[in-house]
Amino acid sequence: MTETTQLAIGRPAPLATTADRVPGGTTALRAIVARPTLTIAVVWLALVIVAALVPGALTHHDPLAAEPAAKLTAPDAAHWFGTDQLGRDLYARVVHGTALTLQAAVLAIVIGLVGGSLVGLVAGFVGGAVDAVLMRVTDVLLAIPSLLLSLTIVTVLGFGTVNVAVAVGVASIATIARIMRSEVVRVRTAPYVEAASANGNRWWRVLLVHVLPNAAGPVLVLAALEFGTAILAVSSLSFLGYGAQPPQPEWGSLVATGRDFIASSWWLTTIPGLVIAVTVLAGNRVARALDTERRAVR
Amino acid sequence: MTRYVLSRIGQALLVLWAAWTISFFVLYVLPSDPARIMVGPDATDVTAAQLDAIRHQYGLDQPVVVQYFQHLGSLFTGDLGRSIGVGRPVADVIGEAIAPTAQIALAGLVLAIVFGGGIAVLATWTRNRALGQFLLQLPPIGVAVPGFWFALLLVQWFSFGLHLFPAFGGEGPASVVLPAITLALPTGATIAQLLSKSLVQTLREPYVDTAYAKGAGRWRVQLRHALKNAALPALTVTGLIVGQLFSGTVVTETVFSRPGLGRVTATGVQQQDIPVVQGIVLLAAAIFVVVNLVVDLVYPLLDPRVVIAGSRRKLRDRDGATPGATPSVPGTTPSSTSEPTAVHA
Repeated sequence: MTETTQLAIGRPAPLATTADRVPGGTTALRAIVARPTLTIAVVWLALVIVAALVPGALTHHDPLAAEPAAKLTAPDAAHWFGTDQLGRDLYARVVHGTALTLQAAVLAIVIGLVGGSLVGLVAGFVGGAVDAVLMRVTDVLLAIPSLLLSLTIVTVLGFGTVNVAVAVGVASIATIARIMRSEVVRVRTAPYVEAASANGNRWWRVLLVHVLPNAAGPVLVLAALEFGTAILAVSSLSFLGYGAQPPQPEWGSLVATGRDFIASSWWLTTIPGLVIAVTVLAGNRVARALDTERRAVR
Repeated sequence: MTRYVLSRIGQALLVLWAAWTISFFVLYVLPSDPARIMVGPDATDVTAAQLDAIRHQYGLDQPVVVQYFQHLGSLFTGDLGRSIGVGRPVADVIGEAIAPTAQIALAGLVLAIVFGGGIAVLATWTRNRALGQFLLQLPPIGVAVPGFWFALLLVQWFSFGLHLFPAFGGEGPASVVLPAITLALPTGATIAQLLSKSLVQTLREPYVDTAYAKGAGRWRVQLRHALKNAALPALTVTGLIVGQLFSGTVVTETVFSRPGLGRVTATGVQQQDIPVVQGIVLLAAAIFVVVNLVVDLVYPLLDPRVVIAGSRRKLRDRDGATPGATPSVPGTTPSSTSEPTAVHA
């Protein structure tokens, strides 16, 4: 199992590398020209982060200000994304909704990363019965589709953005734990770790200074990949009505509200959904680039 | 062989029991109050005595260990408890929902295999670089698109725009089309990613050159020689794919207002109907376990290179491509670190 994972990680992705490699001397401009999709992805994610941190910089509209006279108007120069059933500016609502969605996704990743890394580290480093038990538990968790696992946790915790984030994060622990464990097992037997132990370092020092940094690479790439998954999961749960409660704007719940007006006002569902899709796509593109980069370094 | 089969069935049962146990502890033991959840967060007029009565009725006043074994005992008689939302046995509620979900899930799976497989075969077959690149860009997009949004787009175009298919409901064969397409998108994208990767590898193998040298045409080599072997690694993630379809139904059936397992799940979570949610988790785990069991048992028949010796498998030449060497779970499949496999709908 460890062997196969290791092989998969060591082997360069045959489909991606040829297109992604930047030839020869790389000035910034050349890098941009050589990888246009990556550039667009990075720019988009930067915009998303700006929208989450300082939404006022991207729009002067109030996301909660209703303007009944202008309700359900199609996108035009005044309202770039159109307006909703109360005449609220959809563009402002999407921009201001970014923070909630992004916060939830980041919280989910942090929970998954910390929880998964801990489980993986302990299992891989301690080994023996502890390893066996922990890995059997992750096997079982992986047998349950992660959306269902998230839904189970939401059932217990109740609704709300934070609970949704926790649920999505916990559901991703098992996957991260597995990768972390296989990396730790690979690194643990390396000569430099043996040397560190032989030099009289305490076990926790060996673990933190020598094993963790060398095992973290694939886990971090997975976490980057997890960003897209988390955005999708969080917005799905919000769409189902378990996340942000109205009138707070959130990407998934924006699509859900727009659903009632789908026959007449296409923009209410199409535009927020497109924003989600592009963000996930951009996140996955960056994650893939990180993966390629990491393999090239090694 | 018999010993191997028996031990695999034993393992499967063990996983099922563990999944049920984990869901029991999450739902009943975590610092939450099932009785409170049952009456709902809005019920402020419930007296402590009434809560106690509910606790007594559902056995929640017993020690956790006693509750656990009571539930486990009734599980063996096929009793999954009673739904709090509709007051009927969970087994009945879930049982009725299986058929409508199976319809769209099967149709979705067929679409996913046809289109996902088609994209992979065409992308690796074509000599037109631009077309190949274009086709390979499609699966990552399919994985990134939110299922609920895609479903609504389909409704906009095909129901309200072209009036081809109904926007909601579960009546008649026409109502299956849009939900099936919705389910097929992420699944087809996953299949296309796995299959194109494994086809690229397979086409580099010496036997492909032999086939060419014997005069076989490109289509023949692609379909008759390479595809057969390349499809094998994809087979190992069948459990994952079925799980993806299962969780996809939650969103799909909600959007299309269809009856089925997804709707039962969504309503169960909405009403915090613990027995129903637990039943669904158990069913999902059971499906995953059975699918993996079948794949593991069928695999050696499809790939003679995999030999079962006692209860262990030995691989002659391939690495990481067989279920015996790699348990078919998302974290360990060779593609897991490099390919964005969306498990969420």
